[in-house]
Amino acid sequence: MEGDEIMSLVPRTNTLEEKQYLLRYRADSQSHLHVLNNDVCATSCPDKLCTLFCPGEVYKWEGKRMSVGYEGCHECGSCRIGCPYENIKWEYPKGGHGIVFRLA
Amino acid sequence: MSEKFDAIVVGAGPAGISAAYVMAKAGLNVLLIERGEYPGSKNVMGGVLYRHQMDEIIPGFYKEAPLERPIVEQRFWMMGEESVFTSGYKGLEWSKEPYNNFTVLRAKFDQWYASKAVEVGALLINETVVTECIVEDGRVIGVRTDRPDGDVYADVVVIADGVNSLLGKSLGFHKEFKPSDVALAVMEVIDLPAEKIEDRFNLEPNQGTTIEIFGDATKGILGTGFIYTNKESINIGVGATLSGMIKHRLRPYDLLDYLKDHPIVRPLIRGGEPAEYAAHLIPEGGYNAMPKIVGNGVVLVGDAGQMVNGIHREGSNMAMTAGRLAAETIILAKQANDFSENMLDTYRVRLLDSFVGRDLKKYKDATHTFETHPQYFNDYIPMINKAASQFFTIDGVPKRDKQKKIFRSLTEGKSKLGMVQDIYRAWKVMK
Repeated sequence: MEGDEIMSLVPRTNTLEEKQYLLRYRADSQSHLHVLNNDVCATSCPDKLCTLFCPGEVYKWEGKRMSVGYEGCHECGSCRIGCPYENIKWEYPKGGHGIVFRLA
Repeated sequence: MSEKFDAIVVGAGPAGISAAYVMAKAGLNVLLIERGEYPGSKNVMGGVLYRHQMDEIIPGFYKEAPLERPIVEQRFWMMGEESVFTSGYKGLEWSKEPYNNFTVLRAKFDQWYASKAVEVGALLINETVVTECIVEDGRVIGVRTDRPDGDVYADVVVIADGVNSLLGKSLGFHKEFKPSDVALAVMEVIDLPAEKIEDRFNLEPNQGTTIEIFGDATKGILGTGFIYTNKESINIGVGATLSGMIKHRLRPYDLLDYLKDHPIVRPLIRGGEPAEYAAHLIPEGGYNAMPKIVGNGVVLVGDAGQMVNGIHREGSNMAMTAGRLAAETIILAKQANDFSENMLDTYRVRLLDSFVGRDLKKYKDATHTFETHPQYFNDYIPMINKAASQFFTIDGVPKRDKQKKIFRSLTEGKSKLGMVQDIYRAWKVMK
C-alpha cells in the first residue's frame, strides 16, 4: 500500500493547519527557500515528493509552478535532502526569524 | 564586532552549550552564537535527557535545571493494528538521586543551560546566523555572520550547527546526506493535567514513563513512535527515515495522526489539548555516515557530526560528551598555542574511545540493515502480536496443540531457513 491508501481512513485529530497554528513564526520578508528550476518540477518530477513529505506543507504544486510558503517552514532540511533533483536551495532564515518553538 | 575570541561556538544546543560552558569555566574567552530568538527556539528532541553525561559537566544540575519528570519506567511496544505486545522495565531506584534520565522541554532546558554558560563567562549572542567559516591558508580563523560587519575571529571554531550542518558541508567535511541517513520526526506536545497523566501511566507525582513504539506506529516503515510524560503534558511523536517516507509517499503528520488515533494510544491522550507541533531531522546514518570532525582551527560536535544512537534513542547525551571532550582538547590546545588539526585530533581520538564512538561503531550497520530488510517491521511485529493473541486466548485448545499451531502460523509462507537468516542478521547487527 502507498501512503494515500494507508492513510485514507485516518481521522484527523487536528488538521495540519490547526497544528501549524500552534506555532509562532517570525517570518522574514524574503524567502529562505528557493526552487531552482520550476521546469524540473513540471517535467521530471511527477510525484512532487516535497509536497508530500514536508512537515509544514510548505510546497504546493499550482499546476505550473511550485509555490513555496516559506512562512510555515520548520527549517528541518527534509526538502533539501529529499528532493531527488537537488532542486531546492535551502538556507536558514535570517537570524531571529523563522519558526520559534516554545516547548519542543 | 571584529573582536578576537579564544573560541567561537556555533549553535546553542546541548553540544555547543557544553563546549562553551567547559571552555568558559576554564577561563577561555568564548563566544556562543545562536540563530534562534533564544537557545532552544530551533531545537527539537523527543524529550529524554540523560543525567550522567550532563552531570559530568554540571554536577548536581538536576537540583536546579527545569526538568519535567524523572523516568522510572521505560516501555517498549510492538504494536499491531489493534493490539500491542509490551515489555519494559520499571525501577524506583530511578526516582531518586542520582536518577537515570528525565523528560525535558527543550526550549526551557536549553535556555537554562545556556544561561549557565553565560554565568561562567561565555558571551551568548542570539538571532545571528553564521553564514560561513572564514578560512585562511587552510585554517579556520573565524566566522562570517548575517549581521552588518559581522566577521568574528577566534583561534578555534566549534561547529555545533545541528543535523543539517551547512557549515560542515561548506568545509567539505561531508557531502549532502542521503534520505536514508536521516529520519524525519514530527511530534506534538499535548497538554494534560498531572493527575490524569499519573492515573493513565500508573505514576506517582514526579515520576515519568517513556514508551517507544515499533511496528504499526510507522505502518511498518523503519522508524519508531514515542510517548513521553512531562509534568503537565505529553510528548507524542513519530519518526521514520526520509527514504521510507519518500518510498511510501507518506505525509509525516498523517503518521502522527494515525498514531494519535490508534485504539491503543487514544485513551492515553484523550481530552488533551495540542500545545505545539514540531518537526526535525535526526541524523541516523551512524558511524558510517560520520563526517570528518576535526580540521585546522575547527571541530564538529553533536548532530553536526551524526552523533546519534538511534537504536537507543540517545543523542543529546552524546552531544554533551562530544562538546565536553572538544572543549577539553581546545583548553590543552590553548596552553600549547597550537590549534592545528594534528593537535585538535586528540578530541577525535578521545571521542571514538568514549561510549560515543564505541556505541556508534557497535550499531554501525543496524539502521541500514533494518532499512534494507523491512520484514523485521512488516512481518515479525504483526507475527509476535498474532502469536501472543493466540497464546493468551483461552479457547479449550490444549497448550501443546496451541504452541504447534502458533509455530505453524508463524512460519506459514516463510522459509524456515529465511527466518533463521533473519534472526542471525538481527543478532549480528545488534550484538
